[in-house]
Amino acid sequence: MCLALPTRIVELLDGDQCRVELGGVRKEISLALIDGAAVGDYVIVHVGYALTKLDPEEAAQTLALFAEAGLDPATSCAQGDRATPR
Amino acid sequence: MKYIDEFRDQALAAGLARAIAHEAGTGRDYAFMEFCGGHTHTLSRYGIADLLPPTLRMIHGPGCPVCVLPIGRVDMAIRLALSRPEVILCTYGDCLRVPASDGLSLLKAKAHGADVRMVYSTADALALARREPGREVVFFAIGFETTTPPTALVLREAARQGLANFSVICNHVLTPAAIAAILEPPGGNAPQAVQIDGFVGPAHVSTVIGSRPYEAFASTHRKPVVIAGFEPLDVMQAILMLLRQVNTGRAVVENEFTRAVTRDGNLKAQALVAEVFEPRPGFEWRGLGTLPDSALRIRVAFTAWDAEAKFDLGYTPVPDNKACECGAILRGVKSPIDCKLFGTVCTPETPMGSCMVSSEGACAAHYTYGRFRDLPLRASDTATPANQDTA
Ligand code: SF4
Repeated sequence: MCLALPTRIVELLDGDQCRVELGGVRKEISLALIDGAAVGDYVIVHVGYALTKLDPEEAAQTLALFAEAGLDPATSCAQGDRATPR
Repeated sequence: MKYIDEFRDQALAAGLARAIAHEAGTGRDYAFMEFCGGHTHTLSRYGIADLLPPTLRMIHGPGCPVCVLPIGRVDMAIRLALSRPEVILCTYGDCLRVPASDGLSLLKAKAHGADVRMVYSTADALALARREPGREVVFFAIGFETTTPPTALVLREAARQGLANFSVICNHVLTPAAIAAILEPPGGNAPQAVQIDGFVGPAHVSTVIGSRPYEAFASTHRKPVVIAGFEPLDVMQAILMLLRQVNTGRAVVENEFTRAVTRDGNLKAQALVAEVFEPRPGFEWRGLGTLPDSALRIRVAFTAWDAEAKFDLGYTPVPDNKACECGAILRGVKSPIDCKLFGTVCTPETPMGSCMVSSEGACAAHYTYGRFRDLPLRASDTATPANQDTA
């Protein structure tokens, strides 16, 4: 029951609510648990509440890491340590 | 879809599989536990087991909230709903089918006349209480740190509105306590779990609590933890990062899911949870026994909205069905196929144990996506990336 997908905020509504869109489906969810969300942000929604915003830069860096790992498994190991807690 | 499809890319998966095989080629065996049911689901659904070298084994963990809910807690809700006609018992969909005592579940109790309803969010339960002032609306709350803040929000809201006909049965549990219990069974007499070299740490739980709570765990137990997202490439990258830690003799917390998880997590949600809940001295988990400080209860200031106090609900522990291996599966000692009932008597349509209920349960995940792998005659590998070179 913890599965949840990143959805995009398409409209801010009254009372900490917003409308999100995922693959053409729109839904109303609550933003009461996070601060400073704006239209266009991607949020992870769980049981009707946004839990966190997605960081687009970090997403891009993670994708780059995947690509690099596969290029040359023997030499790409050093970079793996980058993803440490901030 | 953005932030989804890129993390399921087949060519990148093949590359990661090669890197994993290379890193694991040391001649030794590795065993990693994925704590979350969400990761169990991903591993099964995308056939990741087929992409891993035979020396690397993934072990299911207890991180499925429906799976770890003991029978006694479901019985409590059923008793309340059956004995008090004024009660409307609301809960999330997965809870409705968890097998309880006397062949009942919340869904079957409904057939016996109890007013049991499924809600999608805590806000729905609160709205129901406002609409039905003549009834008692009780929300049966389950879940790890991901699901707790929404429950805290409605409890605070009910208190603010003075909504006297709303209350919550709190079954919220804590992740770090369960991870520790896997490695050090309580009282030293519970069955010891299998050897584990590291943990794939929770995704969405960690968006709330951050990566910090695992740090002490990693250093005390000398086990690496890599927090990972729920997409297939996230899980594969986390496995690669765990291998590198083990191979270099490190045991720290690393974060693969930096796009959603920070070290501190969601402070707003944490403050809210601390305002409404406090640790329970002891809570029984299915499979793990009673663990100290492993769950939350509602603070005294909110007692008027605590269904356990309001309806004087007592807890009676109930042993699991003898033939069901859920307990051993949740400790990581057994797999779904070790259970005699798997796929015969017990299926997702007719679950005998909790692990077959939610799609994130080990048995349900294996039944839905993996059971044909057990057959001697393998279907061709056409649709999965499994035919990529993994050696
Ligand atoms: S197959 Fe069913 S009965 Fe057996 S362990 Fe899994 S859930 Fe329990």
